[in-house]
Parts: sequence; structure tokens; C-alpha cells
Amino acid sequence: MTIMGVCCEKPGSKVALTGNESIARGALEAGVGYASSYPGSPTAEVLGTLAKLARQFNLYAEWSINEKVAMEGAAAASFAGLRSLVIMKADGLNVALDFASALAISGCRGGMVIVVGDDPGAHSSVREEDSRNLCKALHLPVLEPASVQEAKDVTREAFSLSESLQLPVVVRCVTRVCHASGDVLLGELAPANRRAVFTKQDRVITFSIKLHALLEQKLARAADMAGNSRLNSYHGPGDANRLVIASGPCYMYALEALEMLGLSEQVGVLKLGITWPLPETLLLGYLKAAGEVVFAEEVEPFVEDNVMALAARHWDEVGRIKFYGKRNGRVAGPHGPGIGELDPDVLAQSLSAIWSTSYTRPAWPNQKEILDLLGEKMPDRELALCAGCPHRASFWSIRTALELDGRGGIVLGDIGCYTLGIVRTGYYLLQTMHCMGAGVGIASGLGKLDCFGFDKPVITVVGDSTFYHAALPALVNARYHRANFMCVVLDNETTAMTGHQPHPGRELTATGEPADTVQMEELIRGIGIPYAVQDPYDVPAATEAVYLMLQQQGPRVLILRRTCALAAVKGKRKNRVYVDPAKCIGDSCGCGRFCSKVFACPANIWDAESGKARIDEAVCNGCGVCATLCPQQAIVVERTV
Amino acid sequence: MGAFYEPLNMIITGVGGQGNVLASQVVSVAAAEAGYRVAVGETFGVSQRGGSVMSHVRISRDRPYGPLIPRGRAHVIAGFEPLETLRVMMDYANPDTVIIMNDRPNYPLGCLLGEDKYPRPQNIRAAVQKMVSRMHVLPATELAKEAGSPMAANMVMTGALAGSGLLPFGREYFVETIKSLFKDHIRELNLKAFTVGLEHVALPVK
Repeated sequence: MTIMGVCCEKPGSKVALTGNESIARGALEAGVGYASSYPGSPTAEVLGTLAKLARQFNLYAEWSINEKVAMEGAAAASFAGLRSLVIMKADGLNVALDFASALAISGCRGGMVIVVGDDPGAHSSVREEDSRNLCKALHLPVLEPASVQEAKDVTREAFSLSESLQLPVVVRCVTRVCHASGDVLLGELAPANRRAVFTKQDRVITFSIKLHALLEQKLARAADMAGNSRLNSYHGPGDANRLVIASGPCYMYALEALEMLGLSEQVGVLKLGITWPLPETLLLGYLKAAGEVVFAEEVEPFVEDNVMALAARHWDEVGRIKFYGKRNGRVAGPHGPGIGELDPDVLAQSLSAIWSTSYTRPAWPNQKEILDLLGEKMPDRELALCAGCPHRASFWSIRTALELDGRGGIVLGDIGCYTLGIVRTGYYLLQTMHCMGAGVGIASGLGKLDCFGFDKPVITVVGDSTFYHAALPALVNARYHRANFMCVVLDNETTAMTGHQPHPGRELTATGEPADTVQMEELIRGIGIPYAVQDPYDVPAATEAVYLMLQQQGPRVLILRRTCALAAVKGKRKNRVYVDPAKCIGDSCGCGRFCSKVFACPANIWDAESGKARIDEAVCNGCGVCATLCPQQAIVVERTV
Repeated sequence: MGAFYEPLNMIITGVGGQGNVLASQVVSVAAAEAGYRVAVGETFGVSQRGGSVMSHVRISRDRPYGPLIPRGRAHVIAGFEPLETLRVMMDYANPDTVIIMNDRPNYPLGCLLGEDKYPRPQNIRAAVQKMVSRMHVLPATELAKEAGSPMAANMVMTGALAGSGLLPFGREYFVETIKSLFKDHIRELNLKAFTVGLEHVALPVK
């Protein structure tokens, strides 16, 4: 959990690391030379950690413009003989898929590891995609760490496997590993002397069906190697009739669930550290002894389907087996089988039902009695834009301008903090939300529907990091086809949602080197689209800018630029904002408690005792926008500078 | 020296932005420094801030545990916000769970908009008291303000955890960890806040 732990030079010592730091350490122990990524939760901190150590370990680390470019860069390093690492979330693999499928055919040279962060339960994603199915389609081996320790060990192992197969290897890491922490037993760091060599004779080509055959041979070898890998392990009685096959952290949950049920002595747990290709010989050995098999994995029944197919092919050897998992609905959390995360409770409940042991999920038994004491129903806590978030001010301006315009304008969006435009904190403004940059493409489409009678103005909002990542092709398309819509870039000058990583619009790179900044204005001008720039904290000016641009035709861009409120106050003294009780006239104002109830910044609270508005100083980030909107001008901003 | 739980299951909960994750980091680095096994699972939502957050911290002697505590099996819950404390208790507390709770509400959006009502503080307190026999309520945000900044409430709460007598290692490991993680005036602020929290809870149980 500290950078000192990640670069600790004493092998054999134990340090507390996060899962993401553990992956970074594994890469350092493997001698990684090139690392690239586009930030995405749950794996965003891997590259950030490596970037901090780049100089010390003589490695190259970059925040790439998107995952496809990141993967191409890492592949180049591998072609030149370096060990390379590319990191992305599951959604990012979709972006990189075209190149990834070609790369699988051509193969690689230096060990190349693709870390994919899956997010079962969609804690920090819009969906809980299981990337293993894609990896299978790509013909790439998949390793799955079960713990923070394994995140390191598996990553290191993946480099060797990749190098011996001459094929990129995927480390599929879920949120409960990436965002977990634990003590990690460190291995030896690799020496940092390496040279990149790519000569006139080198050719790395994806062409001809012969290479497909070679790829299948590589996978067959991978399956053999998987069978002997120490990444798989077994815990329990020999020749177990009852077997749990687990992958990822579900292995830890299974062990604990069996302990809770008192079944540890009777049930075997086979952990697959390599889930594609399956270690068939190893599995068949256990399947022959087993009469009942339960699958513990997240999210889709991936191991389940493939093991059942294996058992079907070897039906005469494995005999009768009853399989329990997502397909027959017997391993299921509260959302149903194959939906959401597993945990020790879900597994304990599923296993107790399968093996008829008594177990009740021990939440508080009499919740009603407790809730009655509250006198109210327990309020939910929904997600909210931070206090002072420039997006709130931008959303407010867009909403106001659309009301003034009165034509029922449509607002679209996509992925970033501004995704919260789909919920209350963003006034439910966004009407479509899919993936990085999709808002611009959809707006481009809507902007061509006038010939079918569609006559609403269209606004799409896009963040600055997303602008560079995925909006440019759609903007070029829009200009080329004269699509009629307005793109509002919510430019908070950072990749805020994943922890403030830089992007091409910034002055510094991931490693803190000076960058040749790519100004978004220059890009927009180059495409030939008219644009304007405004500060969203100046709400009247921003509202006017949105309104005026709404009246124009064709593609146009409004940049609403203001640094993320969290980045702006980091390490600085905040402005003090408070309500002057002499000026706030409470409910007699007629504003309808504008600051707390309408604008709804979480720092604007209501003091029931005095019947007046109040600023929660523990929450406020000092932006002062509410002070400009209060009809009584009752909010005072004491500026620190 | 009394017996300690094996593993010790601790939950730190609050609202995004309260420094919850940092507090769990301090506890777990201190535990690892003291020679214990530690497993932490963080649960936080889509945005960086604004939603419920919860860290599971499991400290053990020998064996590693998974990052998630089973329901009803928390030994101590440190709640940075009253409503979130109660919410987590419903799933993870049992009558023997020790509760350490900041008394400062952070109002959910629905309450600000007047669609939901935030329960009266004394009612939340009564509900917590009904469930468990040992509870420490402290004005962590106010104490942090006195120490220099309301943002240091997380270190006040960390101090309270250290003072609870439930952890199998001493305060010196926390102090060293805070010194190693922070520098300059933030270090001084956090050390001060930590000490205030520790002393507050080390007083006799009310």
C-alpha cells in the first residue's frame, strides 16, 4: 500500500500491497521494460505505480490515448524483444479487440502480458462483462489470481508463459483482487539491463491460415503447461466425491464457506489458476473421482461450460457426475445465477442448499424492530457528483438553456464522472449512455434524422479524457456529413473518475516528463468545426453560451473548462463558504431551498433548527457557484487567494 | 494480555470522500508492520465520491483470509457516518460487535431534496444501542476541526480504533505508519487527530 513496498529490494520480506501494486511488483520481478494503459477501474493504479518507478527501474510507462493504442505500443516493445505489459479494464479489451485478435495470430516475442480488470458486480463500471469469453475467442491463455499475493505471482509467471509460447497471455483480475490489499511475500527484482532490437529481417505478420494452425498448437502446449502449473492447487481430501472447482477470489470464498458449514474435511476445492485453455488432464483426474461438482466463479459460467464440455467428451472415463452451478441455477447470489458477485455468504448458502446442511444467512435477525426505532425508513445513499464539481454547474447551465430554448432538446452522454448525468445528481439529463465516446456517435446519427421529421436540438456531453480516447472519429464523421448537433466538452483537465491521470491535453506525461500537449481546440479547429470556450463556474455566461450555440446548425463544440474540484483543492487551503444567517430568509424566500433542494450540491445542507440554509464545511470544496445562484445573495465566499 | 480474535474482522464504513480507504490503509500497513497477515476488501461505487463506502479489514496470525467478511461476523465496525454505520450493522453486526461511530451526519441526496428524511441522531443512537452492548460515539469531525481540519476525521476514527483495545498490536505501529505515509503539516495534523481519537475512546466506556 506504499510505493516503498512495491520497489522493496529485499526478497523474502513481507509488505502490505494493494492488488494493483502487487501486479506492478510482479511485472518488476519479471523485468518488464514497457508498460502502457488507459486508466480504467479496477486496474487504474497498476500503470500509475509503474510510472512512479519508471526512472528507478529503467522502464517506459505511458498513459496511452486508448486501449488499442496502448496494446499496439506494448506489442511493439514485445516485437523488439522487451517484456511488455498492457493494462485495461474489461471495457478496454473491447476497444483493443481488433488488434488483439490479429496479435494472437502473429504472436509476440518478448513476454507480453495483458492485464484485464473485470468488475463483477459493476462497482465502478456500467456493466459486469466477463472478459474470459472474449479471451477464448481471441485464442489467448487466461490466468486468474485468487489473492493479492497471487496477483504478483501470476503476473510474473504470465511473462514466462508468454515468452515460451510466443503468445500474449491475459491476467484476468477482478475488483476483489485489484482493490483488495494484503501482505505479499516478495520475490527477487529482475535486473534492468535490456535492449530493444528489431532488425530489417524481423517480420511479425498476421497473414495466412497456417498461422491459425500454429496458434492452435500454441494453445495445445499452453493446456499441457497449465496441467503442471503451480498456479493450480487442490485443498481437501484425496479422491473427493464432492468437489468445488473455483477460480479467482471465489477460491478464498469457497474455503471459508466450507469452513462455516463444517464441510472442509469432506469437500475438495480445486483452484484453477489457468482457466483458458483448461488443464484437461489435471481436471480429468479429479472428475474421475468426483460424483458432485460445484462451480465457484465470477461472472459467467465460463469454467462451468468448458468443464462440462470436457466431461461430455470424456463421458466414458469420468462416469456420472452431477454438476451444480449457474446453468442449473444452484450457485446464485441475490440477483440470480450468473449475475453479480459471489462472496462467502452466497457460496455458503448455495453449498448448504446443494448438500442439505443447515445454514441461515446471519444478517441482523429482527431488522424491523431496529428500523422502527429510527422513526423513518432508512434513506438510500445514491451516487452524487462531488461538492464543487464543475459538471454540476455545466449540467445546470445545459438544463437552464434547454428550458429557455423550449424545443425539448435531447442530451446524450457516455463514460466518465459525467455519467452521473443519468441520475438525480445530474438532473437526469442524459438520455443515452453506453461506452466511451458513444454519445458523440449517437448524436452524429440523430443529427442526420431531420429528413425523417426529427426536429429536436441534440446536445452530447463528453469528458476531456474521453474526447481524446474516442470522440475524434465521430466528430470527423459529423463534420464530413454535416450532422446537426452540439457537443459540449466537459473539460475538467484530467481523467478524474479513475484518479486524475493525465491525458494528451496535459503538460506532463505519466512519468512526469514534459509533454508536447495536444490542445483540443487545435484538433477541433483542424476538423473544421466551430467552437467556443467558457468557464462553467460562471453559470450565467455558460448558460448563454449553450443557448446561443443551440440556435446554430451543423456540428459545433462548446468547451466548458474548469479543473476538477478535487484536483483543484488538493494540498491547498480551500475557500471558506458560509451562509450569512442575516440574509438567508429560509422558506419565506420562495426559492424553494434552491441551494440544497434544487441545485443539490451535497455541501448545501438545510439547518432545520434555524430554518435556514447552511454549508457543510466538512464537505464543501469552496467553488462558490452556489453563492452566484442564491437569489438573496446570502452565501459568502471568503477566498484564500 | 487478553485473547484476540482470529481473524479480527473489522469494517470501516462511511461516505466517499471521508477518507475511509486511507484509514483502512493505515490500519493494514500497521498490522503488516506488526507482523500480522492482513486482507482488505474495498467496496466503493461508480464515482470517486458521494456513495456508501466500506472497507473490510481482516487481521490474522498465520493464515490468509479472503477480502470479504461473512455477514454477521464483524468484531468491530468503525462508522464515519451514523446512517452508514447502521446500514452496515444490519448486514455485518452481531450483539458482540463493538461499534465506534462518528456522530456527524452526511446527508444523502434524497434527504437534501426533501424526498427522504434523515433519521433523528438520537434515534440512530438508540437503534445502535439496541443491537450491541459496546458502542463509542464520538464527535470525530468536531475533534478533527479542533486538531486543524475536518478532513482529518478519518485519523480521529483510526485513533479510536487503536484505542479500542481490540487490535492485537500497539499504537506505536500506527504512529510509525502515519509518519511513513504523510509528510510535513499533513503528518502533524494526522498524528494530532489520531491521538485525539485514541484518547477519546481509551476513556471508560459510556
